[in-house]
Amino acid sequence: MLNLFGRNQSRDVAKNRLRNVLAHDRADTSPEFMEHLRNDVMRIVSEYVEVGGQGVDLQLQSVEDHVALVANIPVKQLRRRGRQGNN
Amino acid sequence: MGEVIVITSGKGGVGKTTTTANLGVALAQLGLKTCLVDADIGLRNLDVVLGLENRIVYDLVDVVEGFCRLRQALIRDKRLDGLSLLPAAQTKDKTAVTPEQMRAVTEELRQEFDYVLVDSPAGIEQGFKNAIAGADRALIVATPEVASVRDADRIIGLLEAAEIPPARLIVNRLRPGMVRKGDMMSVDDIVDILAIDLIGVVPEDEQIVVTTNRGEPAALSHDSRAGESYRAIARRIRGDEVPFAEMDEPAGFFGRLRRIFGQA
Repeated sequence: MLNLFGRNQSRDVAKNRLRNVLAHDRADTSPEFMEHLRNDVMRIVSEYVEVGGQGVDLQLQSVEDHVALVANIPVKQLRRRGRQGNN
Repeated sequence: MGEVIVITSGKGGVGKTTTTANLGVALAQLGLKTCLVDADIGLRNLDVVLGLENRIVYDLVDVVEGFCRLRQALIRDKRLDGLSLLPAAQTKDKTAVTPEQMRAVTEELRQEFDYVLVDSPAGIEQGFKNAIAGADRALIVATPEVASVRDADRIIGLLEAAEIPPARLIVNRLRPGMVRKGDMMSVDDIVDILAIDLIGVVPEDEQIVVTTNRGEPAALSHDSRAGESYRAIARRIRGDEVPFAEMDEPAGFFGRLRRIFGQA
């Protein structure tokens, strides 16, 4: 929300800054967190593409005013039909 | 068998000690025997907030070192039946007590009291570990500021790691007028970010400064808004369903006007 002078309300600024900082804190404070996230992401992605072994890179990055989950996953080949049949 | 509750925050200066003192008063007013434990060894404060600083003979460290029995170190509040204080030592440091010793002290206290409230020191080191050692549950105090909420989040993680059941949140020093203007995070904002249950909201209240000056916790009198909030929290601690007061209630003449014209 913008106020009369076109500035972000400080309440919203505070919320955004907190979300960012906590995304990092939480990932940092539990070393297993990224490992779990990586495993789960890989499990799902593997249903659609054949993942190319080494070089999987998954991390939380600060991008300007938000945190992004950035993944770099080498693909050997696409599966012909992706995930199907069980939903 | 009483319950041991630790009051903690991570960040200093958010009102842990004031909260502990007032919740102790409010619980005792409900007829519940309550013991307040100052776990901030070396920086004793709870005694002055309660106005009991002149009555200290023995302290927590004397108890764990065996210089006196636990009962001898307890100070009974003469204003209020059922409220006692176990003061911290002022001249020792936090390593004077171990988590095991702390657990033994709280175990003994819970035999005699309905509630044992442990006022944790700021930080996440030894003093904090001592304070949570014997706790059945935790109350986290946070003010609507980025640094305070961030530290509260860290504390929640540490409490989870210590397998203390989900903590509940006290939002302290809320200024509803600033929230309305968009210049302070709201209770919902904070609850949303921390993802824990709320147990109470205490508005910013100048009376707290006055009552703390006098050593008479706000909950003792019935003319302070903050005192009212503490009494509501005490009842929720006991397990009562107490509706949350509308903190958006605009204060003062212009606030009322705004409400009348539907802008609140």
